Amino acid sequence: METIVGPLFTGLSTGSILLLAALGLSLTFGQMGVINMAHGEFIMAGTYTAYVTQQIVGDAGVSLLIALPIGFAVGGAMGLVLETLLIRHLYHRPLDTLLATFGVGLILQQVARDVFGAPAVNVTVPEFLRGGVDVLGTTVPKTRLFIMALAVVAVAAVALVLRFTSAGRRIRAVVGNRDLAEASGIASRTVDAGTFFIGSGLAGVAGVALTLIGSTSPTTGQSYLVDAFLVVVAGGLGRIKGAVVAAVALGSLQAVFETYSTASLAKVGVFVVIVVFLQLRPQGLFTLRTRSLA
Amino acid sequence: MRNFAQSRLGTLSGFAAGAAVLFGLAPLVLSGFRLGLFAQFICYAIVAVGIGLAWGRGGMLTLGQGVFFGMGAYLMAMHLKMADAEFRSGPGAVPDFMELAGIRELPAYWVPFASPAFTIAAVLLLPTGLAAALGLAVFKRRVKGAYFAILSQALAGAFAILLIGQQTLGGFNGLSYFRYFFGFTLNDPVNQRMLYFITAAVLLAVVALALQLRRSRYGELLVAVRDAEARVRFLGYDAANVKVVAYAVAALFASVAGALFVPVVGIISPASIGIIPSIMFLLGVAIGGRATLLGPVVGALAVAWAQTTLSEQFPSAWTYAQGLLFVLVIALLPGGIASIPKLAGRVRAKNQARTLEATA
Amino acid sequence: MPHRSTPRAGRTARALAAAAAVAVAAATAACGSRAGDEATAAESCLDTSGDTVKVGALNSLSGTMAISETTVRDAIYLAVDQINADGGVLDKQIEIVAEDGASEPTVFAEKSEKLIREDCVAAVFGGWTSASRKAMLPVFEDNDSLLYYPVQYEGLEASENIFYSGATTNQQIVPALDYLAEAGVESMYLVGSDYVFPRTANAVINAYAEAHGIEILGEDYVPLGSTEFSTIVQQVDSAGADAVFNTLNGDSNVAFFREYTNVGLTAEDMPVMSVSIAEEEIGGIGIENIEGQLAAWNYYQTIESDTNAAFVEAFKGEYGDDRVTSDPMEASYNSVHLWAATVEKAGSFEVDDVQEAAGGVSFDGPEGTVVIDGDNNHLSKTARIGIIESDGLLHTIWESDGPIEPDPFLEGYDWAADLSVGE
Repeated sequence: METIVGPLFTGLSTGSILLLAALGLSLTFGQMGVINMAHGEFIMAGTYTAYVTQQIVGDAGVSLLIALPIGFAVGGAMGLVLETLLIRHLYHRPLDTLLATFGVGLILQQVARDVFGAPAVNVTVPEFLRGGVDVLGTTVPKTRLFIMALAVVAVAAVALVLRFTSAGRRIRAVVGNRDLAEASGIASRTVDAGTFFIGSGLAGVAGVALTLIGSTSPTTGQSYLVDAFLVVVAGGLGRIKGAVVAAVALGSLQAVFETYSTASLAKVGVFVVIVVFLQLRPQGLFTLRTRSLA
Repeated sequence: MRNFAQSRLGTLSGFAAGAAVLFGLAPLVLSGFRLGLFAQFICYAIVAVGIGLAWGRGGMLTLGQGVFFGMGAYLMAMHLKMADAEFRSGPGAVPDFMELAGIRELPAYWVPFASPAFTIAAVLLLPTGLAAALGLAVFKRRVKGAYFAILSQALAGAFAILLIGQQTLGGFNGLSYFRYFFGFTLNDPVNQRMLYFITAAVLLAVVALALQLRRSRYGELLVAVRDAEARVRFLGYDAANVKVVAYAVAALFASVAGALFVPVVGIISPASIGIIPSIMFLLGVAIGGRATLLGPVVGALAVAWAQTTLSEQFPSAWTYAQGLLFVLVIALLPGGIASIPKLAGRVRAKNQARTLEATA
Repeated sequence: MPHRSTPRAGRTARALAAAAAVAVAAATAACGSRAGDEATAAESCLDTSGDTVKVGALNSLSGTMAISETTVRDAIYLAVDQINADGGVLDKQIEIVAEDGASEPTVFAEKSEKLIREDCVAAVFGGWTSASRKAMLPVFEDNDSLLYYPVQYEGLEASENIFYSGATTNQQIVPALDYLAEAGVESMYLVGSDYVFPRTANAVINAYAEAHGIEILGEDYVPLGSTEFSTIVQQVDSAGADAVFNTLNGDSNVAFFREYTNVGLTAEDMPVMSVSIAEEEIGGIGIENIEGQLAAWNYYQTIESDTNAAFVEAFKGEYGDDRVTSDPMEASYNSVHLWAATVEKAGSFEVDDVQEAAGGVSFDGPEGTVVIDGDNNHLSKTARIGIIESDGLLHTIWESDGPIEPDPFLEGYDWAADLSVGE
């Protein structure tokens, strides 16, 4: 039993981390075709938000709960600024956005280094999340359960917003066909800014949560970014469903490979699987049928 | 002016000027150390020419040129290590770093690299072949734009991780400590100068090849694919093949640059070929002007030079400057430095028009 | 696919290609010495006629290694300031030329060549990763100059042009194993980052374990910078070893110890012996995740001696009270003093004279007296096992009987005769 539960749980857990990191990316990438390389730095901003909050509040548990919404606001605000100042002017050049936002990422990293110093800082894990729970003979850390729960909540929230609110309807309309949406009176630029705010905010939330298991340093965001992109690519443009399935699949794949070989080879293996998979389904897991020609 | 730049005479005089700088001016004014550094920058410039072709002309954002650069470099480094071992202790000897790591038997895939001819053939063919195969797999399925960019980036990341795990390739330390280059001692200043000349000549040759491609019918097709892939397909061309050729040629250039980088710099390690170095290759190309012939060369040389001189004085500020360069050039000057004269021309024309209006 | 070039363009390009080929041929014709000729080392341009002498400080101030290497640079500056305040070396003030290695081996090679050939420094202090040292090694040999390298490393190297002031394997890893064996450890689990030091270290550990009847229950590597430890910690947990030997590097340690604590593993039931965690790193990991765990070094901030008290006080006075001192910092501080002592003994800054005089030169450093071994340019050092206490510092709980002679190739250990790092 132990041998199955371990990798299975790790797969779900790794998947939920990937999902948290990729969810916001999937939104912005899906709607605007914008590859935001600074997304990793928004995650990093989230981790430092958790750090600063804890320095001010003191109690680890309270500060974690406060930091989650603050992280959303911080990430979202950064995203909004980036969208207004830079990305807005590059919508017709998606590949250029990638390079420009990479530059932004470099700058943000250096800012973090100059403000907080190069060494990693410590965000204390709250008392109620320390230790593990015994599931069928395998010790499952509470922090990972918390992150899994948070991922589920985040996905549900995004899905509900998209499905049932008028803002969500507008977003879906713009994703489906920008021109038609504009023709029916939707201010697509405003919608874009809104989407970017939510997507970047989710990165901030991911950052806060990731302090529970990882380090808080200027380069924190980078380690999640490439994997997050792979999730989005494998999942298919603009599909939350795709991101969920792809994240869990990639997480499990990584866990299984890792159990039977090394962590390094697992990374390479995952990449090979994605390339082969894209041969079969070039548009990712779930294709969105858009009514535009591209 | 425009006509002259595009004419045969213009091209020839441009080359003559470039050759004069590379072969005449640079060796005269630069010290031995700076000349070696310049040779290293030229290697980056050779990669840049390939990126200019694939990205500037073909619209493929190759975020993974480090893979091909690294392959060329490692293939050459393996030969140099084999040659060193053979010179020290006879044919079939194990290179020094393996001996230290306790590897007593030469791994089979190292054996052919004792031959210089095999090595050169491998440098020219292996990365090109890999790029062609990858390109066929990816472009035939019409994976493009952002998808291709991210895949090529992940490829660079995976390749670096794979290399770090290979103890028979030096692992994280990579391969270093080369004494001889095809029979010539590497630490002799005369030979270092020779190496510089070879590198410079290769740059000229690569630019000439790129020019040939740009001016051919193929070059026109490539631009057509970049600007309207669907239309090219409707005209009966296979757009995927057009892209594969550009991608493979870019890989070839990167590989050759890597092969030269090894004797010039004296070390190749996974740190020089991962995701970040691969993106950095793009910076020079973007700044110089991705779609032009010489823009990438000038841009790559300028960025490498700036990195060396500025980072000496302001390491932290340099990172800011690097980031800002990316943002500003991409956002405000998508044509790179090469587009400044044209922009200036447009502004002048506008001003002239305004003066005319005013006087009228 | 039509592939015909327009005739005019073709002719131009062909003419250019031919010209390029001729250029290559011409370049190759003018060539220098071939393999087997007497090697000609470049002339040093060191100028000692003035009141000052230049030395190089080459550390990564940017990139991933900046975290660690900036602290080393601080220690180098401190040592130089002290020597200058005491009247300098051979009555000359030391002037530092600082360069950024940018965490990249190629940059280290480039900058060290610049320091030697353009700045004409008498010696260079710096480097951290083995990759950076391996990149600099040929530069220092070809130009016949001196590098003082301050970090513990995997051994298996000895160059006339490099002085190693950190520990080699028999001064850090072997004593750590001795300590664990004495403590009754019978099985171990090895966790490391995937690069050269952990692999070599683990090869040594495997050989030692085999000879001493310790069972190795698992050996895992993660890519550098990896933060996903769920699988590995589960495997460690279920393997149930007596101890874990940790050769992880940098940020990975943070993620590893958090996961380790979160699944409920503690220092009491499965202690972790780390060889890359010093005072600097403990803060980022969080003391609650690492308290009670072990580390192996030669120096700790808490060593009780007058020399160390003076060193710590001087360092904090210079760089702030919140700063800590660590082994690599202390080793680089020692290296500057050792260089100065060697130069004084030789009465000359010339590389040949310094190399000649180096054997037996000693310095009373914060870790105790260190002596240069003239055979391999390493130092004799005292090994210490430290335990991490709630003050976030390492405290010595075991130390070797006096300084251990350096043995970079482990020639004095029978069990290490057939060491193999291959997979």
